[in-house]
Amino acid sequence: MITKRIIPCLDVKNGRVVKGVNFLGLADVSSPVKLARFYSGCGADELVFYDITASAEERALFTDILTEVASTIFIPLTVGGGINTVDDFDRVLKCGADKVSVNSGALRDPSLISAAARRYGDQCVVLSVDAKRVDGQYRVFAKGGREDTGLDAIEWVRRGVASGAGEVVLNSIDTDGVKNGFDLELLAAVCAVVDVPVVASGGAGCAEHFRTLFQTLPKVDAGLAASIFHFGEVAILDLKRELAEAGIPVREVRAVR
Amino acid sequence: MVAIIDYGVGNLFSLRSSLAAIGAEAAVTGDPAAIRAADKLILPGVGAFGDAAALLRRDGLDQLICQEAGAGKPLLGICLGMQLLFDYSTEYGRHQGLGLVPGSIQPIRDAIPAGYKVPHIGWNALHFPAGRPVSPLFRQIREGDCVYFVHSFYAAHCDENVIATAEYGPELTAAAAKGNVYGVQFHPEKSGDVGLAILRAFCQL
Repeated sequence: MITKRIIPCLDVKNGRVVKGVNFLGLADVSSPVKLARFYSGCGADELVFYDITASAEERALFTDILTEVASTIFIPLTVGGGINTVDDFDRVLKCGADKVSVNSGALRDPSLISAAARRYGDQCVVLSVDAKRVDGQYRVFAKGGREDTGLDAIEWVRRGVASGAGEVVLNSIDTDGVKNGFDLELLAAVCAVVDVPVVASGGAGCAEHFRTLFQTLPKVDAGLAASIFHFGEVAILDLKRELAEAGIPVREVRAVR
Repeated sequence: MVAIIDYGVGNLFSLRSSLAAIGAEAAVTGDPAAIRAADKLILPGVGAFGDAAALLRRDGLDQLICQEAGAGKPLLGICLGMQLLFDYSTEYGRHQGLGLVPGSIQPIRDAIPAGYKVPHIGWNALHFPAGRPVSPLFRQIREGDCVYFVHSFYAAHCDENVIATAEYGPELTAAAAKGNVYGVQFHPEKSGDVGLAILRAFCQL
């Protein structure tokens, strides 16, 4: 049985993980490599790295880090941030990324999705969407959630998948940071129109929110979060144990000789 | 030395890194002399079957791989590389494979109930066929361990050579073996410690 995925998200700036990281027993808490190793060891099913830098030098530093992570961590890696061209796909895939997430880049140039899917396959292209309720409609926001594009989010997702996106990460701006649970309404609306994996993002505050997510919306494949994992508010090992006890299929992690 | 066969398909970064992580000496190469000199071969691959098979034939690597496998050299196909071991695929037309393992590659969509997504992406548990000894490839892991899959086609009509399945509606072929020729549909280089243990077992064959 395919398992539900738990995905920590690491925002990387100037070679460090930002958004606050607060682990006991980890000396260098903002090292992407150390954090990646920690998460991999405690059962994360996949890691997402967002490059939130702008300059070329910082971008090179990001790919160096990605290379180092991919050389030592053997679980799927998704990379996002600053992906505007097929060459950007090439740049991060060469460093060991398995999937590449597009957001603003695809809004600027929707043909990026189909061009990348043709070249690398649908499974490689992740459409990341920041959505927010405006006037009774789900709208797509660009530039890290700062700019209302006026686009209908459900329609944008449907188009993206039709163009070749093999997975959708749905970030609800309304629930993000509130820690009151995932945006089940928005996720249900998206699940109804696509048949590719859907990753829920924004709003997780405790383990129960993941359980509710997977029990309410069986079509959701994965839950993504950042700060609750980084701050140790939710330990992935405990989270997976809780999900398993609730009858939700998750990957058991154990040491292998 | 393990030769990771390079025929211009896919990204070999993770595979090379994972072999390095288990201390295996490996080289990415398309050079026939290096492939002959290696004591084990890995055939990787992602993308479309027809294109990959054509690339293997263009370089004459199809015959070389069959000769080396025929002489008893352990061979491991991964993902599309596994599919290439079979007789043929029906992905975008009919394309000949290497014919090292009897069976054919068919669309998952035709085998699974509605409501299951294609591609089959994610971590799924391995099941070993009942009543058969566990393959040496899996001697360091346990039944039920999860590995990472990404595929839209699967190996069919190969029951007697199946060494592991994964449930996705029906049980789909997750791995097959015939003598010294092994194929895994999943990505051991992306399957955490379990995947590394499978690669290590192959390297120790």
